[in-house]
Amino acid sequence: MKHVRTIIDKEWSEVFKNRWVITTMTMLPMLFVAMPLVMLYMTKSSLGVDLPAESAGLPGGFGAACAGMTASECTQIYLLNQFMIMFMMMPLMIPTTIAAYSIVGEKTTRTLEPLLATPITTIELLAGKGLAAVIPGVLISYGAFGIFLVGSLLLGLAPGVISYIFSPIWLLGILVLGPILSIIATIFAIYVSSRVSDPRVAEQLSGSVILPLLLVMFAVLAGKLVIDVKFMLIAIVVCALVAFGMLHLGTLIFDRENILTKWK
Amino acid sequence: MIKTQGLTKIFKIGKKQETDLIAVDNLTLEVEHGEVFGFLGPNGAGKTTTVRMLTGLIRPTSGTAQVAGFELGKEDTNIRRNVGILTESPGMYERLTAEKNLTIFAKLYDVPDVEKSVNKYLSMLGLWERRHDSVGSFSKGMRQKLAVARSLIHEPQILFLDEPTTGLDPEASKTVRDFVEELKTEGRTIFMTTHNLDEAERLCDRVGIFQQKLLTLDSPANLRDKMFGRKVVFHLREVQPAWVGLVAGIAGVDNVEAVGNKMVVSLRDPEESNPKIINALVMAGADVQFVGEIKHSLEQIYLEMVQSNERGQA
Ligand SMILES: Nc1ncnc2c1ncn2[C@@H]1O[C@H](COP(=O)(O)OP(=O)(O)O)[C@@H](O)[C@H]1O
Ligand SMILES: [Mg+2]
Repeated sequence: MKHVRTIIDKEWSEVFKNRWVITTMTMLPMLFVAMPLVMLYMTKSSLGVDLPAESAGLPGGFGAACAGMTASECTQIYLLNQFMIMFMMMPLMIPTTIAAYSIVGEKTTRTLEPLLATPITTIELLAGKGLAAVIPGVLISYGAFGIFLVGSLLLGLAPGVISYIFSPIWLLGILVLGPILSIIATIFAIYVSSRVSDPRVAEQLSGSVILPLLLVMFAVLAGKLVIDVKFMLIAIVVCALVAFGMLHLGTLIFDRENILTKWK
Repeated sequence: MIKTQGLTKIFKIGKKQETDLIAVDNLTLEVEHGEVFGFLGPNGAGKTTTVRMLTGLIRPTSGTAQVAGFELGKEDTNIRRNVGILTESPGMYERLTAEKNLTIFAKLYDVPDVEKSVNKYLSMLGLWERRHDSVGSFSKGMRQKLAVARSLIHEPQILFLDEPTTGLDPEASKTVRDFVEELKTEGRTIFMTTHNLDEAERLCDRVGIFQQKLLTLDSPANLRDKMFGRKVVFHLREVQPAWVGLVAGIAGVDNVEAVGNKMVVSLRDPEESNPKIINALVMAGADVQFVGEIKHSLEQIYLEMVQSNERGQA
């Protein structure tokens, strides 16, 4: 565990000196917090008269969520869905950026060999690098979500919308699924970065882990999918299994010789 | 301290066996405690591969080795704790300070008093003043010194130096060489690869000339004698033809050649024969001005070995 801490400390002192990493880590949360808050503020009473929810012309699946709401409130919930899914991209994108720079950086500075010559185990090394990417991703998205929650309370929204924001769906999604997605994204990024030599390319390639999330978002947009607690729980279980599988595979693939000779 | 038996590394390049690359072929050698051992060979000879195997970085394809009393492949963590390695291209974390770079490695090596060790090596290698500067601003020589410090931070008994002076300016090379000499007096075992023969000759107790296989192994002086015998040159005021026969008749002398006013004598034991030769020459009326031994450089030995190995393979 001491070795893992040393690696995390080293990653943070190095990677946080990188301007692009810092930009990603600050701009992304600011954007993702500001956008939904602005949206909620703008749509608060944009429809003027409160028509029944059915007249908002939203995909049928929203009927249940919108029961007893006005059309503008229902529109807010519809839009909130998109923003919440976007919110869940944060724990994916931040670790991806950090991991890409950390692995590719190690290759360009040629520090892997001296590092692997120390008594550190490869598991400790990968865990250190992984955690160095996952922890900031999770902490930042928790923080951003907290700010968003406080902000939404200050906007004076309809009680139905507030209770939707605070519903278990999104708490599970961001507090539980988020970290799991972070782990998946990080392992994927470590794997991709070990094969390429440009951190930007590594970042873009590993960024492709957000594709499934985009698919979910489009399905929701098209009214083909309504995210409820059951969906979230299933997603959590499936993603946790994927994460475990990837961790296991990682420990099989990455031994010392492989890291030294194949990470080029 | 280091023992290998039939150590072999084959790199798989493609799927087929014909394309396999034998980097190290059946290496058997032994390096004693406190010895400075020079591992000489041209580029691509397999020196780095050997060092990587002996430091537990890559697995041998076959063969066994014991390093610092531990079995390679079974007790690698113990080996790592007891060996230091200066890698061929020693990278540093460029954005971090010299001090931070060393601290990270001291912690990874579980050094008991991290700060003390870091400070000790920073000052020992003359980097104390620059300890808070990021390594990105360091010259090549300073980086190499820092890399040497890093390889020693856990006080290893055995130090592997992979081409420690290649690419350094003469001054930085000298610093590194002086430091190796100092380490030698501390009783550490040093295994250094190099293609700088001059350096090997000055620093190493024994050298192995290596190209995929171990071609020869001995002290530089013995190698010289084995390869070329010994030659002594006698400078005379003038050489009279009769003296050549005279000297050739002395016991222990193999061959005599007259070149201008010099006589070049090949002989087995100069310490024994030189006084007799001088005596004979003086008795015959020669004016002996200087006597000196012709030394073959290690370079000549090396070139001879490597070239005949390549001829053998062709
Ligand atoms: N990871 C590797 N994969 C394939 N071939 C390698 C690898 N490492 C080294 N080699 C090959 O092994 C041979 C010996 O290399 P090396 O040990 O680096 O030589 P030296 O250090 O003596 O210059 C070279 O032909 C090199 O190309
Ligand atoms: Mg080499």
